[in-house]
Amino acid sequence: MSTATGTSVGTGEAGAQPPRGTARKPATMAQALNRALRDALAEDADVHIFGEDVGALGGVFRVTDGLAAEFGEKRVTDTPLAEAGILGTAVGMAMYGLRPVVEMQFDAFAYPGFEQLISHISRMRNRTRGALPMPITVRVPYGGGIGGVEHHSDSSEAYYMATPGLHVVTPATVADAYGLLRHSIASDDPVIFLEPKRLYWGKDDWSADRPEAVPEVGRALVRRPGTSATLITYGPSLPVCLEAAEAAARDEGWDLEVVDLRSLVPFDEETVVASVRRTGRAVVVHESTGFAGPGAELAARVSERCFHHLEAPVLRVSGFDIPYPPPMLERHHLPDVDRVLDAVSRLQWESEWRSDRGEVR
Amino acid sequence: MTVLEQSGAYHLAPPPAWRPRRDAAPLLPDREPYRLLGTGAELDDDLLRELYGQLVRGRRFNEQATALTKQGRLAVYPSSTGQEAAEVAAALALREQDWLFPSYRDTLAAVARGLDPVAVLSLLRGDWHSGYDPRETRVAPLSTPLATQLPHAVGLAHAARLKGDDVVALAMVGDGGTSEGDFHEALNFAAVWQAPVVFLVQNNGFAISVPLAKQTAAPTLAHKAVGYGMPGRLVDGNDAAAMHHVLTDSVERARRGEGPSLIEAVTYRVEAHTNADDATRYRDAAEVTAWREHDPVNLMERELRTRKLLDDAGVREAAEAAEHMARGLRERMNQDPDLNPADLFDHVFAKRTTQLQQQADQLRAELAASEAEHVRQDGKTGEDA
Repeated sequence: MSTATGTSVGTGEAGAQPPRGTARKPATMAQALNRALRDALAEDADVHIFGEDVGALGGVFRVTDGLAAEFGEKRVTDTPLAEAGILGTAVGMAMYGLRPVVEMQFDAFAYPGFEQLISHISRMRNRTRGALPMPITVRVPYGGGIGGVEHHSDSSEAYYMATPGLHVVTPATVADAYGLLRHSIASDDPVIFLEPKRLYWGKDDWSADRPEAVPEVGRALVRRPGTSATLITYGPSLPVCLEAAEAAARDEGWDLEVVDLRSLVPFDEETVVASVRRTGRAVVVHESTGFAGPGAELAARVSERCFHHLEAPVLRVSGFDIPYPPPMLERHHLPDVDRVLDAVSRLQWESEWRSDRGEVR
Repeated sequence: MTVLEQSGAYHLAPPPAWRPRRDAAPLLPDREPYRLLGTGAELDDDLLRELYGQLVRGRRFNEQATALTKQGRLAVYPSSTGQEAAEVAAALALREQDWLFPSYRDTLAAVARGLDPVAVLSLLRGDWHSGYDPRETRVAPLSTPLATQLPHAVGLAHAARLKGDDVVALAMVGDGGTSEGDFHEALNFAAVWQAPVVFLVQNNGFAISVPLAKQTAAPTLAHKAVGYGMPGRLVDGNDAAAMHHVLTDSVERARRGEGPSLIEAVTYRVEAHTNADDATRYRDAAEVTAWREHDPVNLMERELRTRKLLDDAGVREAAEAAEHMARGLRERMNQDPDLNPADLFDHVFAKRTTQLQQQADQLRAELAASEAEHVRQDGKTGEDA
């Protein structure tokens, strides 16, 4: 699988031209994340990595591979198997001025830590009027598509988005995996860093020694410019949307713009609104469940801000409102190219609006 | 071929790789709560006098804070009346560089540590969630969700040790809090990391209305330490000298790098859970009376009188000092705090998001409109008159 940044247009002003003489070669997102962690450890003695199996094993996805050997057990630490304990001790370490980077092994295994996350990590800065910022990065492998059994494929971003005080960041390209993780670790705000599991092994041309700079957290990027309609997406759904846009151009003559949010909080209203006002049509695409999911907030905001520019209602393509399916059925749940194109086809291209049940109003 | 034939050798016992981690016996608490007052033990006179002065002031502080709830100056006050010995000893056992992690009932420990009482009461007055700078005071914000502050203490102590600093963290929790998962995870992390932390459990008999018997089947709460591989100490929580001795001992043990400890202070919540609670619904007056006869302030006064360190004049003097403190607190708490609605948006993140900026602007506009309306109404009233 490729993360398809071959089609990307904006990896940032600074990154548009890679430095001369720097070898760009295929690298996976997991490798870029590993490199980001390594560089952060090397540059800042206050950065500490800890979590379950992050030491000798290098994490179940090998994202921390080799780091314990290079930086020692004091900087890269295996902890007891207890997510609340991991996040709770991270709070204390941050109070003392360290910069913890912790790993939740899988999306659904992060839930025991929610008390610490919601009651303390997200609120400590506010509680103390800025005296105790929480520069904590919580890495969470998330989403489906890897054939995981129950509790290994959740898209839990809506829970985090609903908690004031947390930044919610999710890369979709190899360059962003490196750049956004470095930005997140350097941030004085707590960051939930959602790593799309099914993109871990996707490859892009990338230079590990001279990683290109990427725009800051809170900036969305137009990955594919277009004029007919805007696909608003992030993380694991970006490659799906880019593929759908190519198919739409080829088969239907629609020129779709694809916006990669990169961070759900802060939400880059400016970039999204500008795009939708330009195209007049929008579809929000994500894996997470639809009801009260991220798309509900995005669609509402876009509708409020773009109402007089819209030719059709803002539609959502999401996972069904069901507990994540068993692996043999997950393909029915995950939004795919056809489902995206079907939504695009319902964007009132004719004079009359059709509902998803084919009713004509 | 059978499994036995496949593997060859055969042993009844598990392989020698398995060993008990350590001998449990030295970790076990005493059978009876440790006491010093009334035992004739050799004690430092100055320390006893200081503890007495703090206990008297602490009792008066609790009474004054409860009175402030009745006058509407505090939203709520969970009193530590009857538990002053543990509160005061916790503050005095720490050195300047050490950190205290209090729960919402531990206002007094923070005050005894020297923090401004008005700043400590910020949470309970409701003008902000925390009123002092934790880094400056080395007192973490009062924690409301039970036991959640314990892993913070472990993380902080661990971080200090990683940096090579001489810092011990003392974390306070109640008997009810020992049932929370965070209590377990904090003790486990502390023991595995050998972090310089002391966990002080004040067993005051009740988690709001639920008695200890419905909270745990452990022999004592101090026994819980053994399962984590740290020593458990059982202390008479109303004996300020014993509390100070055991706490200091555990704090210095942690400082020497010998790891965490758990202390159970056996005490009693003489007042209701808060001013909003009615304790007569779940406990007998006789039980309260029995504990009032084992009152920490009276125990210390008696000890000092026996040792000829205190007379009636000394008692009066301590009471007057406490009254002076209470008067100052009352006067300051009777002034309305300065509130700035813009604060609501300033500390959510390092930098306001676009959406928070929009909301801050909205609130400012609403307030300005409301202010203008008041001015208009006042002007009208003036004309009418």
